[in-house]
Amino acid sequence: MNPLRANQLVIDIPGRSSGQPLDFTVEPGQVWGVLGPNGAGKTTLLHTLAGLRSPRSGSVGLGKRSLTAWKRRQISQQLGLVFQDRQDGFPATVLETALIGRHPWLSPWQMEAGEDERKAREALQALDVAHLQDRLVSTLSGGERQRVAIATILTQSPETWLLDEPTNHLDLHHQVAVLGLLTEQASLGRSVFMCLHDINLAARWCDHILLLFPDGGACWGTSEKMLVPSALELLYGQKLMTAEIDGAPVFVPAASSGSQSV
Amino acid sequence: MRGYSRALGVLGLVSLSCMLLSVSIGSASLSVADTFSVLTGTGTPLQQTLILELRLPRTLSAFATGGLLAVAGALMQVLLRNPLADPYVLGLSGGAAVGALLAMMAGVAGVVVSGSAFAGALLSTFLVFGLAHGTGSWTPSRLLLTGVVVAAGWGALIALILAMSPARQLPGMLYWLMGDISPAANPFPALILLIFVCLLVFPLGRSLNVLARGPMQAAALGVSVRPLEWTVYILASLLTATAVTIAGSVGFVGLIVPHMLRLVLGNDQRLILPACALAGGTLLVLADTLARVVIAPEQLPVGVITALLGVPTFLYLLHRSR
Repeated sequence: MNPLRANQLVIDIPGRSSGQPLDFTVEPGQVWGVLGPNGAGKTTLLHTLAGLRSPRSGSVGLGKRSLTAWKRRQISQQLGLVFQDRQDGFPATVLETALIGRHPWLSPWQMEAGEDERKAREALQALDVAHLQDRLVSTLSGGERQRVAIATILTQSPETWLLDEPTNHLDLHHQVAVLGLLTEQASLGRSVFMCLHDINLAARWCDHILLLFPDGGACWGTSEKMLVPSALELLYGQKLMTAEIDGAPVFVPAASSGSQSV
Repeated sequence: MRGYSRALGVLGLVSLSCMLLSVSIGSASLSVADTFSVLTGTGTPLQQTLILELRLPRTLSAFATGGLLAVAGALMQVLLRNPLADPYVLGLSGGAAVGALLAMMAGVAGVVVSGSAFAGALLSTFLVFGLAHGTGSWTPSRLLLTGVVVAAGWGALIALILAMSPARQLPGMLYWLMGDISPAANPFPALILLIFVCLLVFPLGRSLNVLARGPMQAAALGVSVRPLEWTVYILASLLTATAVTIAGSVGFVGLIVPHMLRLVLGNDQRLILPACALAGGTLLVLADTLARVVIAPEQLPVGVITALLGVPTFLYLLHRSR
């Protein structure tokens, strides 16, 4: 497998003068969580890592080569991205939507065959949306659409998974199920790199954390090192209380935070 | 994908029967058996002239025009990811009309008018897409807005030309504006273009399906978005310009036919684009037949008929849809 790496990468955020260059490798088996307040550049970072935006400086590597040296189709066989916003201007069924995950693997002249459909159905099954397969995506709830999007990347089956807020719109049970599925994929030798809003989900499921600050600062490392109250309070500008449950830290916002500074 | 061949087979049969009907009906009606015998090489010389030299070319022209317009509309809707996109809404017909009317005003006829319309349509496309491209990328809403505004500009120019033209030229100009299959046109270049585009659908279709989900999603799934968008854009412009040179300004086909088919068949471009070619062609063949017979021996402009047929059908389907 070709691991994804950021080499002295500075993402291009309009109006931001500089930023701490990012330098890390997402190794097989790792689950990375990106935390940061609104506007810190989490989505921009994901898009840059997927090669959909140019960085301001530095580069993204996939294996030994730079991402720009790969063909788009070769990238999409190794790297998948679940977007936060999805367009469905045209009507499409749930099964058709999962099937587009096979696009990178089929030659232009090939039609989707039984094997492709089987993979798509299995993915829908794994995300608990198989019963919706003939419904139009536009008629689904937000959480159901989110699960269809994750089923699409499961059908695509890349080695590196980038996900933008994969737990958005999901109820508690499905949050746990989705994160369980992602860690299971990592245990099969894939790597997962996702933006999250919820510190506690990150603490529970991620082994590596990247903190993105709105001023362009960043730090990264293993979860134990990164998930400390002082750093997180600085990140969100929010006083936190910490408890430990089952060996893992749990962070709860302190009640009367007001406009306190840390 | 057996369902696809069945849908296309049914549409193909309907198209063929409509074309057969169209060449049989007219000022001198022939029986279907007579028509068939002419097409297989027998029949009286009079029947042969009537069908092979007068009606068949016109029917084929109508079919090619309708097919080209419907496919162009479907392509533009995917390109803009907007169901309102259509060669006419985007100002292409306006550009073509100005080109054609200027040629008519200069007193020329025939091929020059068609060529001038073709040039006007292409000019309008480049204007709209060039301006909408600007310094950034195409955003569908900006492109659509540019197209609508450019179309309004062409509309003003058309009114100006009509106001300044001598009265004896006005009927011809109005007829062109309302859409009319010119009897002199050679249908084969347009038919070949239509077949070529339908074949191109096989290598491009799945990429177009992915592009319909948005350019970012398409790029993430391995589509080279920019080259594909340019291909679609150039194809759609070429198809529209060709259609316009045959039939003048025929509205609604590019907007209505793809939508009707999507409501029934879903949105797989590998099915929708060939289906558009067949259904769009059939719609225009029927409309042209009606245009020839409703107030025979006078003729109605075919654009009026397509709108009168298409608008209620479309509204009904839209109202019934999920």
